[in-house]
Amino acid sequence: MSPVFALDQAAICFGTGARTLHALSELSLQIVQGERVALIGANGCGKSTLLRLLHGLLRPSSGVLRRDESLGQAMVFQRPYLMRTTAQNNVALGLWLRGKPWSKACLLAQDALLSVGMAEHALRPARKLSGGQQQRVALARAWALQPRVLLLDEPTSSLDPHAKREVEALIQHIALHDPAMTLVFASHNLGQVKRLASRVVYLEQGRVLADLPVQEFFASGALASRYPQAHSFVKGDLV
Amino acid sequence: MTSFTDSAAMALHLIFSLDPGLMAIVARSLWVSVCATAIACALGLVLGAVLGVARFAGRGALLALLNTFLAVPSVVVGLVVYLLLSRSGPLGFLGWLFSFKAMVLAQALLVLPVVTALTRQVVEDAEGLHGEQLQSLGARALLRSLLLAWDERYALLTVLLAAFGRAISEVGAVMIVGGNIDGFTRVMTTAIALETSKGDLPLALGLGLVLLLMVLLLNAALSLLRRRREQEEGVATALPRLELSV
Repeated sequence: MSPVFALDQAAICFGTGARTLHALSELSLQIVQGERVALIGANGCGKSTLLRLLHGLLRPSSGVLRRDESLGQAMVFQRPYLMRTTAQNNVALGLWLRGKPWSKACLLAQDALLSVGMAEHALRPARKLSGGQQQRVALARAWALQPRVLLLDEPTSSLDPHAKREVEALIQHIALHDPAMTLVFASHNLGQVKRLASRVVYLEQGRVLADLPVQEFFASGALASRYPQAHSFVKGDLV
Repeated sequence: MTSFTDSAAMALHLIFSLDPGLMAIVARSLWVSVCATAIACALGLVLGAVLGVARFAGRGALLALLNTFLAVPSVVVGLVVYLLLSRSGPLGFLGWLFSFKAMVLAQALLVLPVVTALTRQVVEDAEGLHGEQLQSLGARALLRSLLLAWDERYALLTVLLAAFGRAISEVGAVMIVGGNIDGFTRVMTTAIALETSKGDLPLALGLGLVLLLMVLLLNAALSLLRRRREQEEGVATALPRLELSV
């Protein structure tokens, strides 16, 4: 199967000279269609940068990124940006920006909001919605684009536990709805990683230190012997 | 010379009796400044929004120049417009010197940098916070700048009011290019300057009070805008805290 993403020795550097920050270094990774990849690691390890790179918001400073351009992509951010208009208009905006006529975009937006359980809030100002509801609108906006690849940057980290469960259930629903959809998400929540991912990539200081199927990753014996840093990270999180 | 209290009493009488001479000057002032602000906003909002998002070689120098224009005295703007519109100037063929149009042009040029610079700042801040997400939806730079400007419309209304405040309270430019011709190009600020020099304090004071009232109304409008945005979002606002002054 041809990869959706293929990174070969890719690096991302910010700044120049002595102030250069190496956000990602010599990163090689392949993700194939239908995989559910969780990116984990401490704050600042490069998870968000990697997602931005995969989504085309950043270009590699060196190395190569190959993307399957035929597959539509959408990304949901930790704190979604919703414009000062209704939830429906926010969803329709994404469709309109991809070339759909506004009237058609509004109809599709209604369907998308219905599918995330937000139909009754469609005409409410988006910024008056709760954090969980806003994230659901953001997911609807992404889903409405019918992406084959969905990138999620810590989509539940700024939510309360109830909203967290709701949004996670929604992501699971989206993933189950289309088994061919590729999901790449960053998370600090290892329980969530266990529930959603099929593969776990552990990053440290912009490098991939461990890349394992999810069951293997959480089988502590294997992780401890092969990837001690990843093991201590997981252990620390579970304490 | 009339005492201050007598002048103030007469000024209030002029205002409350809706003195035709005073009202004509007020109406002309308003119309000149409304037209100038509209023209400056039409150009400055788009230009500022694009500058807030676009990245290109020489942008830093352009922004430095723009910020320099913020501090240009109105008399210098008046002088430049005078030279442009004078009979031997490049725009002399228009025959606009000492006319309403000349005053509008001068005020528009005066407030254009204000609108552009403030819009640029508002949109650039929004781009820093949200631009990436709009980009991820497929919005390219130009469209992104316009979307962000639309989304920051309350902040930009503040910019519009600030520009109007600057336009209506300036005196140097309209004095030079308008010529302060009675019944034709005399506006509040030029009339205040003239009547004060003539010793006709009631009219000058009356116009001054009207001008203060206008600025007060503008500041009230700014506060209302700020409050409305707070109510709409349920959070403390990030609107620029502009206070207008005469």
